[in-house]
Parts: sequence; C-alpha cells; structure tokens
Amino acid sequence: MMDGTKNFTDTLTGEQRIRNFNINFGPQHPAAHGVLRMVLELDGEIVERADPHIGLLHRGTEKLMESRTYLQCLPYFDRLDYVGTMNQEHVWCLAIEKMTGTQVPRRASLIRVLYLEMGRILNHLLNITTQALDVGALTPVSWGFEEREILMGFYERASGARLHAAYFRPGGVHQDLPDDLINDIETWCGKFPDFMADLDGLLTENRVFKQRNVDIGVVTEQDILDWGFSGVMARGSGLAWDLRRSQPYELYDEFDFKIPVGKNGDCYDRYLLRMAEMLESNKIMLQAIEKLRAPEGQGDVLARGKLTPPKRNDMKTSMESLIHHFKLYSEGFHVPAGESYTAVEAPKGEFGVFLVSDGSSKPYRVKIRAPGFPHLAAIEHISKGHQLADIAAIIGSLDVVFGEIDR
Amino acid sequence: MSEHLKELADIIEAKRPDCVVSSEIVNGELSIICPPACLSGLVEFLKSDRNCQFSTLVDITAVDYPARDARFDLVYHFLSMYQNHRIRIKTALRDGDVMPSITGLHPSAGWFEREVFDMFGIVFTGHADLRRLLTDYGFRGHPLLKDFPTTGYTEMRYDETEKRVIYEPVNLTQDYRQFDFMSPWEGGEYVLPGDEKSGEAKG
Repeated sequence: MMDGTKNFTDTLTGEQRIRNFNINFGPQHPAAHGVLRMVLELDGEIVERADPHIGLLHRGTEKLMESRTYLQCLPYFDRLDYVGTMNQEHVWCLAIEKMTGTQVPRRASLIRVLYLEMGRILNHLLNITTQALDVGALTPVSWGFEEREILMGFYERASGARLHAAYFRPGGVHQDLPDDLINDIETWCGKFPDFMADLDGLLTENRVFKQRNVDIGVVTEQDILDWGFSGVMARGSGLAWDLRRSQPYELYDEFDFKIPVGKNGDCYDRYLLRMAEMLESNKIMLQAIEKLRAPEGQGDVLARGKLTPPKRNDMKTSMESLIHHFKLYSEGFHVPAGESYTAVEAPKGEFGVFLVSDGSSKPYRVKIRAPGFPHLAAIEHISKGHQLADIAAIIGSLDVVFGEIDR
Repeated sequence: MSEHLKELADIIEAKRPDCVVSSEIVNGELSIICPPACLSGLVEFLKSDRNCQFSTLVDITAVDYPARDARFDLVYHFLSMYQNHRIRIKTALRDGDVMPSITGLHPSAGWFEREVFDMFGIVFTGHADLRRLLTDYGFRGHPLLKDFPTTGYTEMRYDETEKRVIYEPVNLTQDYRQFDFMSPWEGGEYVLPGDEKSGEAKG
C-alpha cells in the first residue's frame, strides 16, 4: 500500500486495529461530477474497495426510443453527454445514413466537422477546469466557462439552442451557417491559442496541481484492453488510438491534425493530452472554415430525399412535397431492416450506437455504448490503494458524465 | 475492408468450425452467429489468435424478440486496436437460459453483463457480482423486455404527510398514446372507430 501500513505488523497500535471504514461518496458530492453514489471502503486514508452505484440519472432512453420515430429519437442524444452535445447526435445520424445508404453533401459534412471539434473543445474545457476545481484550483473554471459561453453562443446561432442543439439531422445539418457566423468563429479560433496559453500558465506547472495529479490513477496498456478504455484514457498511456484517424468518418481523412499521445498514463498526462487536443481541434476548425469558403464547400446542407424535409418553397407549390413533409413529421422515414454498429471518436472516447431496425419508422432496439461506462466500471481497479482525496482527481480525469453513463 | 473481413471470417470458420453457425458481412461489418455453449471458447480464441487479436470488448447487449422460440439475441461487439477491425458475435437464447460470463477473459464485461441482467433478466453464471445496475434499488421487472410497458408499473413521489418518498402504482390521467401511422391500404391491423361491426357483417 502507498503509505506502507500493510507491511507494518509487529506493533499494532489501537488505532491500526480498527476495522475498515465505509463511507458514501455522493450522490450529492460536488466532485462526483453528477449523481454518482460510490461506496468506499477505507483503511485509514487508503481506498480498499470502491463500489459505484450508478443509475440515479437513468431515464430509460433506450426504451423510450423504441416508441419514437428515428427523427424524434435524435434529441435524446443531446441529453446523453450534455457537455458536447452535437457529437452524440452525430453518431445517430451516421448510423441511419449507413443503413439507408445516404450520402451527405460536402458542405454539411464540413459543418459537422466544424461543430464536432467545437464540441470537443467544449468538453475538454469543462473537464480540465472542473478537474482543477476538484483538486483545489478555483480560477480556471471561471476562465474556461467564459470561453464555453462564447462557443455555446456559436451553437445557438447555428441551431437556436445553447446545449440541446438537435442540429445534425440524418442526411446533413438542419440549416446552413450564415457567413458572419463563420467569420466570428474564425476570429474566435484566432484568439483561442492565447487563452490556452493563459490556462497552461495557470495549471501546467502549478505545484499543487502537479502534486495532486502526477502518478495518480496510472493506467497501463493492459488495463486499456482489459477494461475497454478508449479516447483520452487510451491515448494517455501511449496507445495512439483515435477513430478519426483509424476508422475515418465524415471528411476527417482530408484534415491535417496530430494525435497527441501520453507517456505515463496518469491523470497529469491525460490533462496534458486534453490541452493538446484542444489546440488540434482549433486547427481542424480553421481548416474546416477554409474548406467551407472554397467553391467546393458551397451547396445544399441536406441530402434531399426521403430522409429530409422538402424546401419550404417547394411545399408552397408542390402537393407531393407537402405530403412528403406531412408524412416525414408524422410517420417518419423508414430504415431498411438490419442492424449496424456505428462508432465515433466523441470527446470522451468511443461513442457507439447499435441499431436494430425492423424496417418500420421506429427503431426496434437501440443500444447506446457510452465511453464513460467502461471507464467508470474500472474505477475500483484504478483507485485501489490511492488516498481518499485522489478519488476526486481520478473521477475528474476519467471524464464521467452521468447523462451518458446512466442513459 | 470488406475483403479483409471476408478473409477474417474464413479464418475463424476454418479454425473454429463448431463455433460458427453462419457469418455475414453487411454494411462493412462482420457478424457471426454462434451457439451459446461455444461462446466463451470463441471469445478466448478471438482474443488470443494472432490474426484476430480482438483484445477489447466494446459492448454486450441483448435484443428481445418475444415472438421467437429463442427469445433473446445476445450481442457482443469486439474491437482489435492492433489489427483495426471489429466483429459482432450473436447468440440466441431461450427465456430462462443462463449464459457463462466472460468476465474472466474481459474484466470490462462485468458491468455490461450486469446491465443485460438488469434490463433483460438474462443470468450470467460465473459472474462475481450480478446485481442490478441502472434501475432503482428494489426495482422489479426487466425494463427493456418488449412486454414491459414504457410507463412502468410504479411511480414515486415525495409525500408531504409521511415526510418521505413513497412508491405507488402508475396512475395515468390520460392513456399512453401510441400512434400507428400505417395506412389502411398498407394493411394496418387495427379497427377504425365506428368500424367495429364491418367484419361481422361480411362473414
């Protein structure tokens, strides 16, 4: 054990003979990042056993989706990981597009990449700053939320909602972006590296922050395989695994970006990784803007067809379009019978959807594979032998959000 | 990609002929149907074989088909980060059948199996800690079964007189509505209001 108490048996004091102590961590603990009740068995300050009780935010998303049309299911995805919402919608759209064989127009795909990376920055900003908050740094969270506020403003200008956007639709995105929004995003991207330098100066070499994170929650390559880690949890230990590169979707193979990889697999490396990933995301956003302005990047943002509504003008003049619009929003579109598993590199790791269709307009079964789920399942393995105070640092570094874990 | 998966399917079928009932590649995804008894052996083979190296368990889930004799499809997804390919293993289970747990091979299966047990009531033998995972303490039933109502059976609220949270049977002020959009020309199997006697008259 970390303080050596286990090997110290010759003269036990009265205090050491005391039985292990059980405490409830949460469900209302601010460092639990949501409603996590964790039963901890402590030997002094050392965690002997950690048993997470999840499901306090279980809303039965998968059950509800079985009685909704495919389009009505989409907003449920926003409510899974409510930190970077569009990344979840995306996997649902991809699953439907895969099963119906829909080709997304280039402009829609570029807009998606732009907003996916924005979602990644939103997520990492919240994670880094709140994890810093858990280990005692109060300032970063207010700085990070300032930037998040601007980004959510961009979400709102594209979709009308700051968080639950429902902006990505099967076949493209709901509305085109106005030019001045693209200009504003570009301006923000230009300033973002300066903000990152400030955040870096605040945290990276901070003595307390390093003491709380270095060599805490070390994850080895074998742990990654055994416990099904993905995303930052896998890359933090040196496994360069990123679905954007290894199994590309959208137009990611056109973009130039690096995949940062950690060395030690501890909380500090994962922090450094998230910082580096945000700068890479910023680069991807700038590239996406450039491609959106190029002549090839112009055009429609929805694959017009069965999956998507007709244009408003057509509806006023064509009876067929009007019927199509009515049928689309009442009955919904049909997806051919079959099944598929689609996964994307969400900010937290591999976010997947297993979709079983029976050919009707409602999914027969949807299984949502959230990245945080296996990460949290491994918390006993990771935190055993750590001190109680390290639990907060580890939970923060695992990047758990209960919307997606409890579903 | 598809050719690579075809080769992979052939290798698995050649080395483990008893495990593969059928295999297919749809939408660029390899899917293998395996008898329940062979599953652990197949998973171990997939993990250790050099061509496969399916060392990451991505997901375990189930699909309920109440009309079928073997009611459940248990679905496993595996990923190889080294070979960069995925596989789906499906196995059909009757109601009441037990499955051997694969937690010995993949520790991450622990929570996935708990979730399947919670949602479908499928019992895994050899699982060290098969408790409910997502539902409430003391919950009854398995919510993702097709014959479990979406509204559930109980609802809870805080009772001001008893000063505690109480559970009550679900009481809906309005029926839970399920719209059927199938048009009568496509053969919707329902009786239109006021049309109940039309069938009797005919025959």
